[in-house]
Amino acid sequence: MNKQKHYYAVAGLVVIGTIVSYIFLQAIYPLPKAASAEAKTIDFMFDVYFGLIAFMFALIMAFILYASFVFRRQPDDTEDAAHIHGNTTLEIIWTVLPVILVIGLGVWGALEFRGLVSAKENEMVINVTGQQWSWSFEYPEQEDIVSAQLFLPVNRPIVLKMNSEDVLHSFWVPEFRVKQDLVPGYEQELRFEPTVIGRYKVRCAEICGKDHTTMLADVQVVSESDFAAWVEERSARPAYADLTPVERGELWYNAATGDWAGCVGCHSVDGAVRAGPTWLDIYGRTETLTDGATLTVDDTYIRQSIQEPNAQIVEGFNPNIMPQDYVERFTAVQAEILADEGVEIDIIADLIAFMQTLEE
Amino acid sequence: MGTGKIILTSSFTRGIIGQAVFAALGIAFINVIRAALGLEATLEPGVVFGALISVIGFLLGAGVFTDWIKWIGGQKTPLRHGTPAGKPEWSRYLNVDYNHKVIGIQYGITSVIILLVGGIFAITFRLELAQPGMQFLDNDAYNTLFSGHGIVMIASILLGVGAMVNYLVPLMIGAPDMAFPRLNAFSYWVAVPSAILILAGMAVGGWDTGWVAYPPLSLRAPLGVQLFLLGFYMNGFSSIAGAINLLVTVATMRAKGMSLFRMPIFVWAAIATALIQFTATQTVGVSLTMAVAERVIGLNFFDPVGGGNPLLYQHLFWFYSHPVVYVFVLPGLGVISELLPVFSRKPLFGYKWIALSSLGIALLGFLVWAHHMFVAGMPNSLRYAFMLSTMFVAIPTGVKFFSWVGTMWEGKLSFETPMLFVLGAISVFLIGGVTGPILANVPTDLHLHDTYWIVGHFHATMFGGFIFPFFAALYYWFPKITGRMYKESLGKLHFWLMTPAFWVMSLGQMSAGIMGMRRRIADYDPALGVANTQMLVTIAGLVIGWSVLIMVYNLVSSARSQEMAAMNPWRSRSPEWQIPSPVPEFNYDVPFEVVGDPYDYGLSDSEYIRMMPAPSGD
Ligand code: HEC
Ligand SMILES: [Cu+2]
Ligand SMILES: [Cu+2]
Repeated sequence: MNKQKHYYAVAGLVVIGTIVSYIFLQAIYPLPKAASAEAKTIDFMFDVYFGLIAFMFALIMAFILYASFVFRRQPDDTEDAAHIHGNTTLEIIWTVLPVILVIGLGVWGALEFRGLVSAKENEMVINVTGQQWSWSFEYPEQEDIVSAQLFLPVNRPIVLKMNSEDVLHSFWVPEFRVKQDLVPGYEQELRFEPTVIGRYKVRCAEICGKDHTTMLADVQVVSESDFAAWVEERSARPAYADLTPVERGELWYNAATGDWAGCVGCHSVDGAVRAGPTWLDIYGRTETLTDGATLTVDDTYIRQSIQEPNAQIVEGFNPNIMPQDYVERFTAVQAEILADEGVEIDIIADLIAFMQTLEE
Repeated sequence: MGTGKIILTSSFTRGIIGQAVFAALGIAFINVIRAALGLEATLEPGVVFGALISVIGFLLGAGVFTDWIKWIGGQKTPLRHGTPAGKPEWSRYLNVDYNHKVIGIQYGITSVIILLVGGIFAITFRLELAQPGMQFLDNDAYNTLFSGHGIVMIASILLGVGAMVNYLVPLMIGAPDMAFPRLNAFSYWVAVPSAILILAGMAVGGWDTGWVAYPPLSLRAPLGVQLFLLGFYMNGFSSIAGAINLLVTVATMRAKGMSLFRMPIFVWAAIATALIQFTATQTVGVSLTMAVAERVIGLNFFDPVGGGNPLLYQHLFWFYSHPVVYVFVLPGLGVISELLPVFSRKPLFGYKWIALSSLGIALLGFLVWAHHMFVAGMPNSLRYAFMLSTMFVAIPTGVKFFSWVGTMWEGKLSFETPMLFVLGAISVFLIGGVTGPILANVPTDLHLHDTYWIVGHFHATMFGGFIFPFFAALYYWFPKITGRMYKESLGKLHFWLMTPAFWVMSLGQMSAGIMGMRRRIADYDPALGVANTQMLVTIAGLVIGWSVLIMVYNLVSSARSQEMAAMNPWRSRSPEWQIPSPVPEFNYDVPFEVVGDPYDYGLSDSEYIRMMPAPSGD
């Protein structure tokens, strides 16, 4: 058989193989939605590299498969094949061409990378803290709001200043494409610009111990005006995490925040009797119930009175007055605070702490 | 002597007893001192000291030091050879033996056993990952299993490399044994208590750091991490001693006329491997010791709270752990280059280029470690530098691929099981190779780093560069080792199950990674859309596991019952095939002389080696 023919055949296979592999790669390797300016640059590079992968794979596989089918030894053939030792020209070619390719790719990668990490105009700084196994975000330019959710205005360059409280973590939002480890003791920076409004997730990408799997945080990219509204709402509201339980207890008592009937409506703190017993000296006092039993007011009793107000009625007061849905409402608010600030708060415990301060 | 008694008095049993006794002594020793100083008894310092000396206990018990101790006492000890009187041949493999072929087989069998253990770990957590949500593991168990899988597989690969190098190199260069037979035995036996330490670490609470054990996490991890660090550390002695032995053997014991460029190509791979092991292992040893010391005695190297630097560990660690990747793959690539000419009936295309590319890869390997740290918090200047140096690895690797194609081209190929595994190796290593540059390129790596893409990529390089060639080698040299032929049909079945399954597995893993699945997580978000892929990967993993069991069955049963193989079933020119199988105790009854090139297939009347005339008069 004519030697040239083999080469033409393989060349054809390489072309077909490249195209097929490229289509296959695009099908099995879908990148997540591109939601940052960086993703655009990076995804283009992905496309080029996929092309390269397809070509290199097809090039070698075409030769190997072709040889495996065409250059088979017949079972009875004990002769050796042609004695070809090598070919220095070829070796030089397939050394030098890749060198050029590699340098080209390296330079291109370096240029794009410089663009990705260089400081941009009008950057907004957000401080990120990672700890086993949660994230917290602080907005130094927005009155130091602290949030457990990463709220971002769309189309605004962001620079994260990241610190870890304990071990290594890694900030990664797949839709933004970029990633950076957090190193305790050494602040790290990461830059990106979100470009698509939507909800995403920060996924810790560096093994950080037991619950590494669930070290996630919500990301919300919102319009500029929504962001401003969020900032306003968050800065008007106290940061519960920073308050003491007693301070928080007073807030809950007055229902200054939270949408429930304030305890203040029925319980006084100065001894005055309203619809319910006064809270003055409430903690530890002896209470007589309508069924004649007496008991001491302690944590368990207070919890019980809030969870099931009608279970035990204080003598001289009426059942069915105190609202019965506090637990539900408290749970909702607690969840909100957890999402916003990443701290778990027990509203009843806060109220108890507040009650304990009400002594004559 | 009965079977039971042979096993009970073997080096293995004595070693394990020695290890247990010394571990107990170590724990007691530390706590007695603590008590004397008025400190309360604690677990960790005692365990660390006990683990450290338990390795010595094992070696003493096994009898690895016996000859050396006698030397110190001024006693001479002749090199024992052959099967000890009154014992069956198989008892040699359970005892300290100085013959390189016995040691090679000990390495090989241990490697396969540990491979199965690591495989069981993998299958276990793969089943957990088959569906989103936690099914039967908790986070701690999951973390211990994947960490254990990583390090156990590395131990297995290092043992497999030891198996190939020890068995083959002396035969290929015409030496009767390795240069230092006792050191050779030490290299093997020290790996056994090291592996036991690692497995013990998993048993006493495990650890959650992965095989990399980055501080500060490793400084807070459960106690198991200490045993892991120490086992890993002790294993380094095996690498370093083995490498020195190999280098001296090749440098001084080659047959007459065997110039460097007339060595079988596998020997080049072995040299490159040994150079890496001999020079890089120390740095990982340093990083591991520092981590152990920081935990036990509070030397503050890495914890930033006391002024340490976590990145220091990563640099020291990867300065070894990147090059060690080439320790895993270079011998495998050497097997590919060694076998292709035999099954293509054609000379190895560009012998010198392939030989030098091994050295090139070994040297370049020292300049690329920080690509593991592209997002770790290095200065940008380093990220540019390591991006370029890493990409250059493609060049010597490319030379190998092109030369393999050149070897096959217009050859007369036949497809017995070893050749199938060679071709499987090339295809799989190719997948690993072509998916590498996209990781070297920092902008794309920012997305892919620490995802399943990495998992897919390095499993492809490990399988293509080591597992497939290792299996090819097992089948190919099986008739040499046992004198019998394996069952060809089962060999082919193994190949046709494992190869497609592996493609599915690694492509699937990379797919999950690019779609957003992180590494080292016990559970994944169904919203990522990777659940079906994970199921597929698990099924593929199971198929690979079963296929390996088929191989084990094939080799074990064939070693006893199959028909005797022809002396040179593959019609190879390599020296080891010109003598009977199994190989005589001292390899070559008469020395040979190298008179030609190793791979001159198709050159009529050419000879590679010629047996020298037998010395007259005895
Ligand atoms: C609409 C009126 C009303 C409001 C508002 C109200 N309570 Fe009450 N509360 C009562 C009445 C009436 C009683 C006495 C009957 C009983 O024991 O259930 C009572 C009893 C209690 C008791 C038992 C007091 C004791 O002296 O034994 C506790 C504790 C209590 N309320 C807590 C709260 C808390 C906390 C809030 C706010 C989150 C609240 N209540 C809001 C009407 C109210
Ligand atoms: Cu984390
Ligand atoms: Cu590497």
